[in-house]
Amino acid sequence: MMQIIAFYLFAAVLIASGALTILARNPVHSVLWLILAFFNAAGLMLLLGAEFIAMLLVIVYVGAVAVLFLFVVMMLDVDFAALRSGFVRYLPFGALLAVVLAAEMLFAVGSWQAGGVQLAGRIAPVHSAASNIQQIGELLYTRYIFLFEAAGIILLVAMIGAIVLTNRPRSGVRRQNVAAQNARRPKDATRLVNQPVGQGVEL
Amino acid sequence: MTAWFQSTFLGVELGWFVATLILILMIALPLMLAVAMIIYADRKIWAAMALRRGPNVVGPFGLLQSFADGLKVFLQETIIPSGANKILFLIAPIITFTVAQMAWAVIPFGSQQVLADINVGLLYILAISSLGVYGVVISGWASNSKYPFFSALRAAAQMISYEVSIGFVLISVVLMADSFNLSAIVLAQKGHVFGLINGFGFNPMLLPMAVVFLISAMAETARTPFDLTEAESELVAGYQTEYSSMSFALFWLGEYANVILMCALNAVLFWGGWLPPIDWAPLYAVPGMIWFFLKIGFFFFVFSWVKATVPRYRYDQLMRLGWKIFLPLSLFWVFLVSGYLMLTRYGA
Repeated sequence: MMQIIAFYLFAAVLIASGALTILARNPVHSVLWLILAFFNAAGLMLLLGAEFIAMLLVIVYVGAVAVLFLFVVMMLDVDFAALRSGFVRYLPFGALLAVVLAAEMLFAVGSWQAGGVQLAGRIAPVHSAASNIQQIGELLYTRYIFLFEAAGIILLVAMIGAIVLTNRPRSGVRRQNVAAQNARRPKDATRLVNQPVGQGVEL
Repeated sequence: MTAWFQSTFLGVELGWFVATLILILMIALPLMLAVAMIIYADRKIWAAMALRRGPNVVGPFGLLQSFADGLKVFLQETIIPSGANKILFLIAPIITFTVAQMAWAVIPFGSQQVLADINVGLLYILAISSLGVYGVVISGWASNSKYPFFSALRAAAQMISYEVSIGFVLISVVLMADSFNLSAIVLAQKGHVFGLINGFGFNPMLLPMAVVFLISAMAETARTPFDLTEAESELVAGYQTEYSSMSFALFWLGEYANVILMCALNAVLFWGGWLPPIDWAPLYAVPGMIWFFLKIGFFFFVFSWVKATVPRYRYDQLMRLGWKIFLPLSLFWVFLVSGYLMLTRYGA
């Protein structure tokens, strides 16, 4: 009972916040609805018994990616009226994408329904004494080790690419040299004088 | 207790619900009381370090000062700036306050004394603490004012930067303890050094990580030397500038609840949590909760001590410390700890 209530709660809020992500007028509100959607998706994964994936979703997407989204969107001055003006022009393309997606979903659900696997066996997590993390780790680092490392290399290449693309060497920049600043002692910068009264200070 | 409630007329599910609600209140209410007392302690410690008296008027030794302050802000008017985004402006302090309390669900107060004994406890803490930034960012944006906005940008960059090194520190602890469950991490520290001393922090292998974690915890909770989000000489009061009365108080309470949480995490991850410092039978006669609270109190004193002593960092120094010193150091330490474990524990 509790699980069913939780499922419908998460699912309803997820769909609603997903819809509001694209319907909200203000881009910052869109990002906030997106964060709510991530959260509810994590909740659904918890219900499936995939607690590791749920936590990763929150840590990676909510904790890092969405913060950067919010960061960028808050800084940008997006004119939404201008963005919406192209709505009719892009409508056929959008509709095509929607049809393709809907067809794929139908196929997926159809093949799933046609399969001989019991419904209970598909939804329930793998029953084993080992925890979620251990099972994923054992699979990732043995059977899928090459795919895993390939993913790592792709991410590395993407990271280096982003740095190279955005790095503009500028000349004439005055940088802080922290080592020199730390090495500076009071005697390098100050002078203790016992100035006689009535004479000017030598600067 | 859950079993007792489930055996009454409430039934299994409703009984669980009621029992969990009561357990949550048993953590949240003392936590708020602790926050009030720890604000008082904070002010007393700074006062002592500045040769002042600190709060000493309300109640004996000024003990009721925090409650008087709370009553004062409660009676004030909530002012919402006309240019502010009203809903987000009011939601932001609620997010900060709620998130600060959520993480306490997985903190073990003693053996078996934990609300949610989940497998991924440490990841849960990491997930929840990464949410803390939203309260600050949303409040900065919704205030529709310059200084809160600057503060929000600073906070976002600062928290993300230090979360990275905190993540690596946590990984080295997890490698050592062989579990993400906080109770299991505490138990793994039993007799960790020479089979006599409880705590990863006493192991020279993990001591540097304990120091990195302590400093990162200060940056994560935006305490002085890293309180650039509310640097009063530059940003008035940072993201709280436009807030008044209870909405301001919620930020305040949330911030201190986060500070206590970080102190508790220091104790749990590196200094044996609810275990006594030395694995010697008579010391176990003292309840585990007492040891745990003593450790939290000690780390809170360290936080206050640092706040009273060290001047504020410059922003570029803060970023340099996070990305150029702590990140490589903690990354290297993950290699070091895993290599050591491969040699000793797994015999490769």
